[in-house]
Amino acid sequence: MDMDILKEYDVVVVGGGITGAGTARDCAMRGLKVLLVEKYDLTNGATGRNHGLLHSGARYAVTDPESASECIKENMILRKIARHCVDETDGLFITLPEDDLAYQATFVASCRKAGIRADIISPEEARRLEPAVNPSLIGAVRVPDASVDPFRLTTANVIDARRHGADMLTYHEAVGFVVESGCVRGVRLRDNHTGDTFEVRSRMVVNAAGIWGHLVARLAGVTVNMFPAKGTLLVFGHRVNGMVVNRCRRPANADILVPDDTVCVIGTTSDRVSFDTIDHLKATPEEVDVLLREGEKLAPALAKTRILRAYAGVRPLVAADNDPSGRSISRGIVLLDHEMRDGLAGLITITGGKMMTYRMMAQLATDLVCRKLGVDKPCLTAVTPLPGSEKPVAAGHTSRRATEYSTHAQEGRHGTMTRLIDAGSVETRALVCECEDVTVGEVKFAVDKLHVRNLINLRRRTRMGMGTCQGELCACRGANVLCQVARTEPRAAEHDLAAFMAERWKGARPVAWGDTLGEAQLTATIYEGLCGLNRLCGDDKKIAL
Amino acid sequence: MADETQIESKSAFNFEQCLKCSICTVYCPVSAVEPDYPGPKQSGPDNERYRLKGMEFFNESLKLCLNCKRCEVACPHDVKVGDIIQAARIRYSTHTPGLRDRMLANTDFVGTLAHNFAPLTNFALRLAPVKAVLHGVMGIDRHRTFPAYSFHTFEQWYRRHEAEQQRFGRFVTYFHGCYANYNYPQLAKDLVKIMNACGYGVHLLEKEKCCGVALIANGLSKQARRQGEVNMASMRKAVAKGEPVLTTSSTCTFTMRDEYSHLLGIDNGDVRDSLTLATRWLYRMVEDGQLKLAFRRDFKMKTAYHSACHMERLGWIPYSTGLLKMIPGLELVMLESQCCGIAGTYGFKKENYERSQKIGSGVFRQIEEVAPDCVSTDCETCKWQIEMSTGCGVKNPISIVAEALDVEETRRMNA
Repeated sequence: MDMDILKEYDVVVVGGGITGAGTARDCAMRGLKVLLVEKYDLTNGATGRNHGLLHSGARYAVTDPESASECIKENMILRKIARHCVDETDGLFITLPEDDLAYQATFVASCRKAGIRADIISPEEARRLEPAVNPSLIGAVRVPDASVDPFRLTTANVIDARRHGADMLTYHEAVGFVVESGCVRGVRLRDNHTGDTFEVRSRMVVNAAGIWGHLVARLAGVTVNMFPAKGTLLVFGHRVNGMVVNRCRRPANADILVPDDTVCVIGTTSDRVSFDTIDHLKATPEEVDVLLREGEKLAPALAKTRILRAYAGVRPLVAADNDPSGRSISRGIVLLDHEMRDGLAGLITITGGKMMTYRMMAQLATDLVCRKLGVDKPCLTAVTPLPGSEKPVAAGHTSRRATEYSTHAQEGRHGTMTRLIDAGSVETRALVCECEDVTVGEVKFAVDKLHVRNLINLRRRTRMGMGTCQGELCACRGANVLCQVARTEPRAAEHDLAAFMAERWKGARPVAWGDTLGEAQLTATIYEGLCGLNRLCGDDKKIAL
Repeated sequence: MADETQIESKSAFNFEQCLKCSICTVYCPVSAVEPDYPGPKQSGPDNERYRLKGMEFFNESLKLCLNCKRCEVACPHDVKVGDIIQAARIRYSTHTPGLRDRMLANTDFVGTLAHNFAPLTNFALRLAPVKAVLHGVMGIDRHRTFPAYSFHTFEQWYRRHEAEQQRFGRFVTYFHGCYANYNYPQLAKDLVKIMNACGYGVHLLEKEKCCGVALIANGLSKQARRQGEVNMASMRKAVAKGEPVLTTSSTCTFTMRDEYSHLLGIDNGDVRDSLTLATRWLYRMVEDGQLKLAFRRDFKMKTAYHSACHMERLGWIPYSTGLLKMIPGLELVMLESQCCGIAGTYGFKKENYERSQKIGSGVFRQIEEVAPDCVSTDCETCKWQIEMSTGCGVKNPISIVAEALDVEETRRMNA
């Protein structure tokens, strides 16, 4: 970001995930001068590595009624303020012959108690609504689950924060705090591209770094006792299902299948891991095995569907202050006022929670910030649509030509912001990514408006490289367009390309068999054999973050 | 890993088997001349994922696809690219066929009407004012001339000669198709001549309907399915008698063998192997030593063989050309395999005329360079296109074989 950074802010928000972005937006909307900092790219952490599920709350209704009612409340809000990020698919909770059908009654009663609409439907009706569902189901409940795109949601929050005057630095890591008289007065930042460090002063710092919040807090000398819980998911090549499919039983591994844009995602596993792994998570063969075995029970077609990749994220689980062992772990929202708790003024931590309750978390954090700073402004994030979601985009008729098709794809990603995409010439209409229909015009838009400087930024903002070929055709085209519109140096672009392809292969590797392996071999032939990318980049090759 | 899970190493969804190599787009005759067409890879496997999201991702420009299936021939990974595109058109297209499309599609019905007034129809269809009306009102391009209709259909001729056919001890069943019936019965008579010389009588199907290829192309797949079921029922009876079902049109054959099951959901598994092009059947019989063909010594001809798209897809070009090569006096030149651009009814539509001619230009140029006595091809619509665009006459290989055949000697050898 070529951005002029102020000497002093009201608030510095650490963490460019959905919570940080949402907090930056809320603070900025209440008139505070905000700087959002992220050590790598936006959504690089758990925000970009989950199911993309807009929970109805039904999953938590029996075991965690508080989370359930938070979910349904935020679910209804996000459908309005973030409509371009939400696909209103609805969801099913299915009972299979091996499950206890009696659980269904408890489940439905708990849902209703939490304010979640839950309709029992017949197995026939479930098969009609969702032809991919396991046909041997013995019961089904329909709930208002949906899918939500966390990349778009984060970007939209960042754009709105910027519109309200916030600044942002990506690839800048908080490496220390400025503490004066027992009070946090700013952060020390390191530019992760250049290694330069510098200080930014602020009246408050919000630690919204997810699982990395544990480490950020430590920099300030306070302890937030967190436990990284790794969850692995698989992405399939196309939407096998049109509705979210869950198991109607106590939450367990690999029991949610979500249709996300052009793909579907099965997950998750859940395993405690150590902090030294969280920047370089790998999906294991055992995890892939569990996901497939269980996923197939939800939708048998998964057994014969191409798998694009596996990925893993880390849930930021927080141990209660009176339980340092982490035996009673909460999955709820945790807001820590370090002045009250640790006697360190100027720092708060917002963590726990879920991707889809980010707005509520941001509101809680911003309310506290405002109280500390003596600002008396109401939170308007629940009623103010995000950029792109001001009004619904029209659809419902077929495309007359390829341009119209591209526009529909872009409206799915950017909502009303699509009008900012140049489609005025053959050049701007030309496709960079054919699987996901990303045009040169959209890449330009992403560079101009969505904080894109490299290929992985571009992937997260546009879906370039997320389709069937996983970058095989689009990555070098994307690198070329970035050289032109973002004025990337060709030599740097080669390294960027290598790091991007390494990141794509990392995800494909755990599921590299069949067509996925064939695709990877073709990709390797093109990039290594034909383009000599390995030779060009030598030992410098990194996995893009 | 669970027993059934992912062991096939291959997706059950054909469109997911695409490795995005894009070679299909290189071979697509439409992509070569039409920048507005997204090409087979994108129209097929790529867009299929988006079409699962919503109908707005059906791109009406898929109607530019010729259904030539050259994409499928090019594909190294066995993706049925053309089928994916056609299936999407059947499923999502909101375009309702108008009078023009219905007329072009119903070759059977229009043929029945036209042949009854053949001299008049043929005369009228060649008049400039009629062509102007067809062009302006109907949208049938003024450059096109409908193939002449025959006053007597092949079926009428056959009924007069049916008794002669019953005298043979062995039989084949012949699916003549619309063209041989209404426009050019000589082709059908040529087949009867060859078969009879070989000692086979020719039966017709109990009931024959148009194969439906033009119906599918014009959005009338339900009607195509009904007609297909009729054809299959009749063919089953022929096959039950142990008779192969022979054809002289590559497109009809391809449609009934492959499109019926891939696009129309007609189960043709029990008939498919017995349904074959007459050239292929003859070639194999000769190769097996079960038939012998003798040719006239005074026969001389130079022909250029044009590989019709559906012949490429069937993979049967070696049969037709192999049969032609048996004729001692025939000089056979292979034209480079390219689409001629007509694609059945596609080239007749005025919005497609220019594109159609651009696609075919490579074939036309080659023919002019070779300057043969005639072009040979197994597809009748290629014949119309090449005759119109080059002025060179086009013959079905069966007609060339019939012309070159020494009937007496062949009869003697197969007695």
